[in-house]
Amino acid sequence: MDSASVPFDSALFPEGVKRCKLKWFLLWIGFLHGPVMIGVIATIMCWGLALNVTYLNNNYPFGLWIAADLGVIALGAGAFFTGFLRYIIKIDELKNIVNFAVVVGIMCYAAAQAILGVDIGQPLRGWFIFWHANVHSMLTEVAFCITCYFMVLCVEYLPLILENRQINKLGFFHGMAHHLHETMPAIAAIGVFLSFFHQGSLGGVPGVLYGRPFAFREGFLVWPWTFFLFILSAIACGPCFTILITWITEKCARKRLVKRNVIDILAKISGRLLVVYLVLKSIDTLYWTVLAEKVGAPVSSFYANQPYGYWVLITELGILGVIPAIILLNTRTRQNENLLILACILNCAGIFMNRWIMVVQALAVPVMSFDKFISYHPNWVEYASTLLYLFLGAIFISITYRYLPIFPQEKELNPL
Amino acid sequence: MKQEHTPGKKTYRYGMVIDLDKCTGCGACMVGCMAENNLPFRKDNSDRLRSNLWMRVYKISNGRPFPDADISYIPRPCQHCEGRDHHHATPCVSVCPATATDYSHETGIVSQIYTRCFGCRYCMAACPYHVRVFNWWDPMWPKGMKKYLNPDVSVRMRGVVEKCSFCYHRLQRARNKAYAEGRRELHEDEYQTACTQACPAGAIIFGDLNNPEHKVHELKKSLHAFRLLEKLGTNTKVYYVSTRGWVRKAGKIYTGKKGSVTHP
Repeated sequence: MDSASVPFDSALFPEGVKRCKLKWFLLWIGFLHGPVMIGVIATIMCWGLALNVTYLNNNYPFGLWIAADLGVIALGAGAFFTGFLRYIIKIDELKNIVNFAVVVGIMCYAAAQAILGVDIGQPLRGWFIFWHANVHSMLTEVAFCITCYFMVLCVEYLPLILENRQINKLGFFHGMAHHLHETMPAIAAIGVFLSFFHQGSLGGVPGVLYGRPFAFREGFLVWPWTFFLFILSAIACGPCFTILITWITEKCARKRLVKRNVIDILAKISGRLLVVYLVLKSIDTLYWTVLAEKVGAPVSSFYANQPYGYWVLITELGILGVIPAIILLNTRTRQNENLLILACILNCAGIFMNRWIMVVQALAVPVMSFDKFISYHPNWVEYASTLLYLFLGAIFISITYRYLPIFPQEKELNPL
Repeated sequence: MKQEHTPGKKTYRYGMVIDLDKCTGCGACMVGCMAENNLPFRKDNSDRLRSNLWMRVYKISNGRPFPDADISYIPRPCQHCEGRDHHHATPCVSVCPATATDYSHETGIVSQIYTRCFGCRYCMAACPYHVRVFNWWDPMWPKGMKKYLNPDVSVRMRGVVEKCSFCYHRLQRARNKAYAEGRRELHEDEYQTACTQACPAGAIIFGDLNNPEHKVHELKKSLHAFRLLEKLGTNTKVYYVSTRGWVRKAGKIYTGKKGSVTHP
C-alpha cells in the first residue's frame, strides 16, 4: 500500500484491515455531533427547566421516554441472546458476530439508563431506587438487573479494547484479554440470567397495574404473563436488530463484514422465536379480552378513541409480526438481502410498537366512566433527547469499528 | 411496604362518604384543600392536566335532552385504596421503586414521602383515579403569600409526585392534643379534613369507617352508596352516595359507549 494513502492513525487499526482516511472519519464524527448537540440542549433543558418543557402531563406520566426505554432494551437483547447461543448452546459460527452484538447491546443499555436519567423528576435522587429499594416493585428489579447487566456488558466489551493492536502489544493487557476470553462463557451465563429477569420485569411494569385493565394480566406466581411475553419478544427481535445494525455498518463501510451463513443462523432463530411469540401473544390477547370483561371493560372500549383504533392491534400482530415471521422462516426469502432487511425493520418496529402500546396506550385508555380521552404526542424536546442516543450510538460504533477487532471475518472477506 | 399492622394495636380505617345529591360543585373543597396543603398554583392554572389538585371536582351529565337533562358533580380526593390481597395491594404503593409511598394499616391512609420520591411517576401510571399529580414546575406563590402557608405541611419541590393525604397533619395534631390531655381516642370532630370542613353543603362526611360511633360507619352501608371502579378490587375508602341511578353508574368502568355518562 502506498504510504501516502495510509491513514494517520493506521497503527491503531486491527491487523490486515482497511479504514478510511482520518479526515473523512473526523468529518463523519463531526457530522454526527450536530444532532447530538441538539439532544444535549434538550437534555439540559429537561434538567434545568424541569419536565414542563415536555408534553408529558398528569394523564401521561409515561411517554416516549419510557416506551423508548423498553424498546431499546428489547432491541439490545441481541447481546445476551447471541452470547447465550454462542457460549451456552455452542453455536460456533456466532463467534463472528457476538462481539458486534455486545457493542450494540452496550449502546442500547447505556441509552436506556441515560434516558431514565432524564425522565425522572429528581435525577440527583436516582440512587434512591437502590438505597430505598421496594422489593415488590417491578421497577426495582429492572433497575438492579439493568445496572448489573450493563456492568456485564462492559466486562464483555473490555477484551475488545484490550485487543486493540497497540494495547495488545503490552504483555499484561494481552494476558488479561486472553483470560477474559476464557471466562466469557461464565460471564455470558450471568448476562443471560440477569437479562431474562430484567426483560421480564419490564413486561411486569405494565402487567402488574391492576388499576389499568388494558395493561393488567394475571400470571404465574408474582409474574404477570407479560413478563414472559416480553422475554420472548425481546429474544425474537434482538437478533434482528443486530443483523440490521450489521447491515447498516456494512453499507457505511462499503464492504461485507460478516458471512451470510452467520446472519442466516441468527435470522432463522429469530423467525422461529417470533412465531412462538406470535402464537403466545395471540393466546394472551384472547385471554385478555376475557379478563377485561370480568371487570366490566369491554375490549371495544380500549379501541374506542382514535388514534388507538383496532388498526393498532392489526398492525402490531399482522404487519409487524406475521409478515416478518413469514420472511424469516422461509429460506428463500430469508436469503434475499432486501427481504431480510425488510423483515428485520418490521420486526424491530413491531417491538417498538408493542412497547408503545403497553406504556402509552395503557395510559390513554380512560378507566373511570367520566374520564375524558386525552391524546399525547411527544414534543421536540422528547424526540431530541431520545434520538440523541441513536447518534451517540453511531459514534460509539464508528470508533469501535475503526480501532477494535469486532468483525473476525472482515480480513478474510476483504483481503487487502 | 408493610403488609401487616402491629399486633395488638387498634386499627382505624379513615374514609369519606360524599353525598353527590348534596354537592353543588362550588369547588370550596378544592380551595380549602389547596390552602390547607400548600398546593402551588400558576398564574394561568387552567391546564388541568398539569395543575396540582389533590381534590378535583368532576362535572358529569346524563347526556339526555331537556326536560330529562341532569348533572352531578363528583369530588374526587385520593381514594386511599386498601387493595384486596398481597398480590393486589394498594396500586400505587406496591409499584413505587423507592418505597416513597406507604399504606398505613393502622390508619388506612396512603402516605407520600416527598423527600424520598425521585419522580419516576410509576405510581401515577398505576392509579386509575388520577389522584396523583407531578410537580412540573418549582412551587411559586405570589409575593407575600408565603406568609400564609401552612407551617404543618411541607412544601414540595419540583420533580416529585404528591397527592391527597386526608390532611394527615391534622391527625397528628389531634393525636398530640389528645395525648397531652391523657386520652388515647379521638372524638369524631377532632380529626376532620380541610375539604370536609370547607364544604358548605355538608356533602363530605369524614371519619373512621370502622367506628360505629362515626357517621361514615352507617352512611357507607346505604343502599345508594357506591365506590369508584369497585370491580377492579382497589378497595377504596371513599364512598359516594346518590339516589340517582345514572349517577351511581358513573362509578363503573369506562365502556367507550357515549350516552350513559358524558361530559358536558
